[in-house]
Amino acid sequence: MSTAFEHPTYNYKVVRQFAIMTVVWGIVGMALGVIIASQLVWPELNLGLPWTSFGRLRPLHTNAVIFAFGGSALFATSYYVVQRTCQVRLFSDKLAAFTFWGWQAVILSAVVTLPLGYTSTKEYAELEWPIDILLAVVWISYAIVFLGTIKLRKTSHIYVANWFFAAFIITVAVLHIVNSASLPVTATFSVSIYAGAIDAMVQWWYGHNAVGFFLTAGFLGMMYYFVPKQAERPVYSYRLSIVHFWALIMVYMWAGPHHLHYTALPDWTQSLGMVLSIILLAPSWGGMINGMMTLSGAWHKLRTDPTLRFLVVALSFYGMSTFEGPMMAVKTVNALSHYTDWTIGHVHAGALGWVAMITIGSMYHLIPRLFGRTEMYSVGMIATHFWLATVGTVLYIASMWVNGILQGLMWRAVNPDGTLMYTFVEAVQASGPGYIVRLIGGLCWVTGMLIMAANVFMTIRRGEGARQPLPQTA
Amino acid sequence: MNNLWGDSLSSFWSTWIIVITLSTIGIAFWLLFANRKTDKAPDAGGNVETTGHAADEIEEYDNPLPRWWFQLYIATVIFSLGYLLLYPGLGNFSGLLGWSQEKQWQEEVARAEERFAPIFTQYQEVPIPKLSQDGEAMQVAERIFLNNCAVCHGSNAKGGYGFPNLTDDAWLYGGAPENIVQTLTNGRNGLMPSWQQLGSENIENVTQYVLSLSGKAEDPERAKKGAAVFASVCAACHTPNGTGNQAIGAPNLTDEAWLYQAPGQTLADSIRQTLRNGRNGQMPAQAAYIGEDKVHLVAAYVYSLSRQQ
Repeated sequence: MSTAFEHPTYNYKVVRQFAIMTVVWGIVGMALGVIIASQLVWPELNLGLPWTSFGRLRPLHTNAVIFAFGGSALFATSYYVVQRTCQVRLFSDKLAAFTFWGWQAVILSAVVTLPLGYTSTKEYAELEWPIDILLAVVWISYAIVFLGTIKLRKTSHIYVANWFFAAFIITVAVLHIVNSASLPVTATFSVSIYAGAIDAMVQWWYGHNAVGFFLTAGFLGMMYYFVPKQAERPVYSYRLSIVHFWALIMVYMWAGPHHLHYTALPDWTQSLGMVLSIILLAPSWGGMINGMMTLSGAWHKLRTDPTLRFLVVALSFYGMSTFEGPMMAVKTVNALSHYTDWTIGHVHAGALGWVAMITIGSMYHLIPRLFGRTEMYSVGMIATHFWLATVGTVLYIASMWVNGILQGLMWRAVNPDGTLMYTFVEAVQASGPGYIVRLIGGLCWVTGMLIMAANVFMTIRRGEGARQPLPQTA
Repeated sequence: MNNLWGDSLSSFWSTWIIVITLSTIGIAFWLLFANRKTDKAPDAGGNVETTGHAADEIEEYDNPLPRWWFQLYIATVIFSLGYLLLYPGLGNFSGLLGWSQEKQWQEEVARAEERFAPIFTQYQEVPIPKLSQDGEAMQVAERIFLNNCAVCHGSNAKGGYGFPNLTDDAWLYGGAPENIVQTLTNGRNGLMPSWQQLGSENIENVTQYVLSLSGKAEDPERAKKGAAVFASVCAACHTPNGTGNQAIGAPNLTDEAWLYQAPGQTLADSIRQTLRNGRNGQMPAQAAYIGEDKVHLVAAYVYSLSRQQ
């Protein structure tokens, strides 16, 4: 990447690096998803080797998608948005470069250690303690760069997108450090400092807030910049953003226990997790409404602008999964849905429908601007990507709904004599067709990401002469 | 800290939980009302004028909160307060309904007991050989077997590596009704000690001798040498002629049933491995899980399996 792209005021280099890695890790993470989805259809694909078994590749998939793909997207967009909305260069170029290389180092360590079987066993926090420490250092550097930039801002107000990015960065630091606290035994093995039900509670306090802050607040920050930018419309309601921001970050903290319904967790803890998950519905929808209503007066743009379509469909899936979440947190519903594929479907409604769609929409807005172009190489390819992503998500979610409800009902079906009607393996067998449909959905997604990669490549490569001067507004 | 997770909380923690829970819900409520309306009038397009500041050219309208959203928010808060009144949640206050998950479970078990117990009691009176002929009873028993036993013994009950085949007539602990009931009720722990100390030469000889018991010896010379060792070391449990002892679960070595031959392993290798490392087979006790009445029924099912041919 030559200096020809350099912006006079802003640090676009680190944004470009993270943006490119977003596409790369998106392909890797989703391809891993396709592999493990295939293993559930054809168990032979575990290859009989420990390194390629489902149990080791699944955490690699979740880490690659959440932290490598999602994380790189959040770094890229937050660095871009904070500079443009504060009208000032990043607090420190060196520290920003450290966050890029440090973050990639964390991801590469995950790629090596997880298949080797080194794991702390905490879901979405499997990395062992030396990597955890590196991650904490990188994250604190990120906080310094981001918050430092806000401090230096040349504007009177802090734009709403930055509230969400800041909340996400600060909270994830706290979550990561508290949840990963452990006693090292060897360089590759440590023991959690918590025990029993407390350990489970800390794990899911972290786990649900990883959803709430990493996958929701961070991406809402993205939404608050790229939706009004791409739609060229003012944000619908400033006061709505105030209410839903504070309510969201305050209430999300409580929702973790809904992952532990009907377990050794005390009843009172479970109840609080459930009721605060229900209160979370309106604050979550506040973000969806603010994004959707921003489009009023600009709906016609959807016909010609597939990038905007990505952003709008992301908001729809966000609304859908934040309704589904509180519903599944209700104990009676949870008694059916828990431990089934419904949970997997719900997670992917959020991960594919919301997180990946809003990211991709934002990248299609961002990437040409970072490389001195007015638009992507091919709008047609964006449109194709959009349909692949939408169809893929629908196939994924629908098949997991069917499988989840099927499993839940089969597990609880009882004969007139009180014996169970089905054995566990029969429910696994019945899930087969759903696994195939899910695999097709995943393949749609990976195909779409490859088209995106080609489009990005062509956008960057296209002749020097065609390059537009970078926007000079600062 | 222990108190937080016990049956009841100390009054400090209980108060703490009540205060932070109600404050959080209270603040969420206050936030809603404090920002509900705007003084500014809507413009021609129905939007209220912007806040006046722009970020990277993005402006923000100051529209009031959508009414339906406002009402939805209030509804969830009211539901939650009602729930916390009825169910445990606010510290030590156990809720007006007196519900607990443990109580719910106990009630469900009691209801199931009341409804289904008579079905199994009627079978308990029937002797096992006769019960094993009762098609309807065996259907019920098969479902219990599939959900509890098939994980190890397989859904066709033919067992696998380390798990006995229940459809043949080779019985480690005896195939009489009372033996099967005993196995199911209390479980079994089959222990073959390691004979590493015999040395590899002797282990090879005994292996050949054991193979010879079912006519499979590869090296008659060694088998002959092994006979002496077998007589002094193995015969105590497996009896001098190798037919085993069901009282202690010592397998018959003269038949065709081999419990520990792993897939792809030669019989000689599996015997060598057994002699070198020993074996420890465990059948878990079932009475505590499924109850004596179902043990009786499953025993009849297992009894029927080996008598189908």
